[in-house]
Amino acid sequence: MTVERGDVFGYLGPNGAGKTTSMRMMLGLIRPTEGTARLFGRDPQESIDALEGVAGFVEAPRFYPYLDGRTNLKLLAALDGNDAASLVEEVLEVVELSDRGRDRVGGYSHGMRQRLGIAASLLRRPKLLMLDEPATGLDPAGMRDMRRLVRRLADDGMTVLLSSHLLAEVEELCNRVAIIRKGSVVYEGKLADLRLAAGLSYRLRTTDDLVARRIVSEQDGIEEVRDTPDGRIAFHPADEQVVAKLSGRLAEAGALIIELAPREATLEELFFDLTEDDADAADEARVSQAIDTIEGSP
Amino acid sequence: MKSPSTATVYRWELRKLRSQKRTYLGLGAATVVPLIFAVAVALQPGGPRDVPFGRYIHDTGLAIPLVLLLFGSIWLFPLITALVAGDIFATEDQNGTLKTILTRSVSRAQIFAAKTLAAFTYGAFAILLTGTVATVAGVIVSGFNPIPTLTGTTVSATEGLGLVAASLAVYLMPIIAIACIALLFSTAFKNSAGAVVGTLMFSLLLQLLTIIPGLGGLKPYMLSTQFNAWQGLLRTPADWEPIIRAAWVCSAYAIPALLVALVIFLRRDVAGG
Repeated sequence: MTVERGDVFGYLGPNGAGKTTSMRMMLGLIRPTEGTARLFGRDPQESIDALEGVAGFVEAPRFYPYLDGRTNLKLLAALDGNDAASLVEEVLEVVELSDRGRDRVGGYSHGMRQRLGIAASLLRRPKLLMLDEPATGLDPAGMRDMRRLVRRLADDGMTVLLSSHLLAEVEELCNRVAIIRKGSVVYEGKLADLRLAAGLSYRLRTTDDLVARRIVSEQDGIEEVRDTPDGRIAFHPADEQVVAKLSGRLAEAGALIIELAPREATLEELFFDLTEDDADAADEARVSQAIDTIEGSP
Repeated sequence: MKSPSTATVYRWELRKLRSQKRTYLGLGAATVVPLIFAVAVALQPGGPRDVPFGRYIHDTGLAIPLVLLLFGSIWLFPLITALVAGDIFATEDQNGTLKTILTRSVSRAQIFAAKTLAAFTYGAFAILLTGTVATVAGVIVSGFNPIPTLTGTTVSATEGLGLVAASLAVYLMPIIAIACIALLFSTAFKNSAGAVVGTLMFSLLLQLLTIIPGLGGLKPYMLSTQFNAWQGLLRTPADWEPIIRAAWVCSAYAIPALLVALVIFLRRDVAGG
């Protein structure tokens, strides 16, 4: 899996697919049973130096509840060294927590802790920011604020690896994605390419759907005919000429068209196509093999 | 990238200790117990005559910290020590903050060293606090008078004060060893209560072993016995044998415990939180 400079890279997969586990490996928190995880070519199991230029959190960010937010950041800045301590006020400003910096973290809401987690990450001036489900558990306003924050950081040139199972979030924020299933990457690339690969589908509703279903199935150049839950016929045509021919045949057969509309596959549909396939191909590799290399450039 | 020094991590460990209630619980006990003891001495004519220096607590305030060292070895000081040393790693697990600090720019070895030093510092401070409070309260109650040694000679109050200070220093050896056991349990159990109770049980178990018939030969090598090593200083001339033995016996408990704790901490997966 390769994260390019400037990417907001979506890391997708159903619960239990191995997203958090692989991110823990990347951060050196757990050891791979086999294979390696590398950041900028360095193995975090070998030295803490591998995390230079990398920041983020897995699952919920955690802080010392008996210390206030500002002191938590000062502590972490001290553990970062360099000039991190001079950034404390600035990062509190970025995540809009300046006015709550003197409050104990024990009294923070979930959303405030998530934002403090991002502030703690920014202390490291990261080239790569790794966020594991940053919007999970937030209310709608909190989710919106979090997405805005990630968007702003990405616009400032930061590379972001965003693990999520919120497909709308990924669709809104990410330009590239990796979809993981049972520990294997089943797709990696641009979202647009994924949609293109999935092809354009059409939805059809007529005055006689039984006849229409037969005609669609018999039409040359049409694949993957199926009925949708909302009572329409879905299919993938080879091109628009096939659709034009189909509409003529439907009219000849007396199945008059009520609706015939192109529809781009949603990320959700693509996600389910990739992650709920029964093929056993995904069993081939473990997470540690799949997540072989994270590369990014400063 | 210039990594922060271990001293920096240590300072922040102390800062965290200063912000935790449990620290003050231990230090509170280290302060209140000698005060209560001194008040009891002031109110009652008798004393614990069957323990060394017990018969002198009304004659000189310097006897009070020494008697407290004897009583405190059973559970008070092991408990005060374990309260922090048993918690210092486990609480990071329970709060989920271990992953927070392990993804910064300091190595696991640095964090281990800083936490260990912080636990030792707290243990030493607790002993110093008890000794100071007991001495001051004792002097107020019984006066700053010469104190008889265990060999029957009497030393001046000033010299006696120096011996009390030296006794506290010798007492630190088993305290540090207990802290190491607590650090091991804290690292291995990942649970504060388990580590604190485990350390206390371990300490009590060693004391019980020495009273089992047939195991008396083990007594010089029990950690609990080393809590009495300071009495060698209160002889004329000073008997260094128990102090030297305490040094290596305590090391024999402390070093392996610390090494095992270090290996566990360096190699463990941080999957929770």
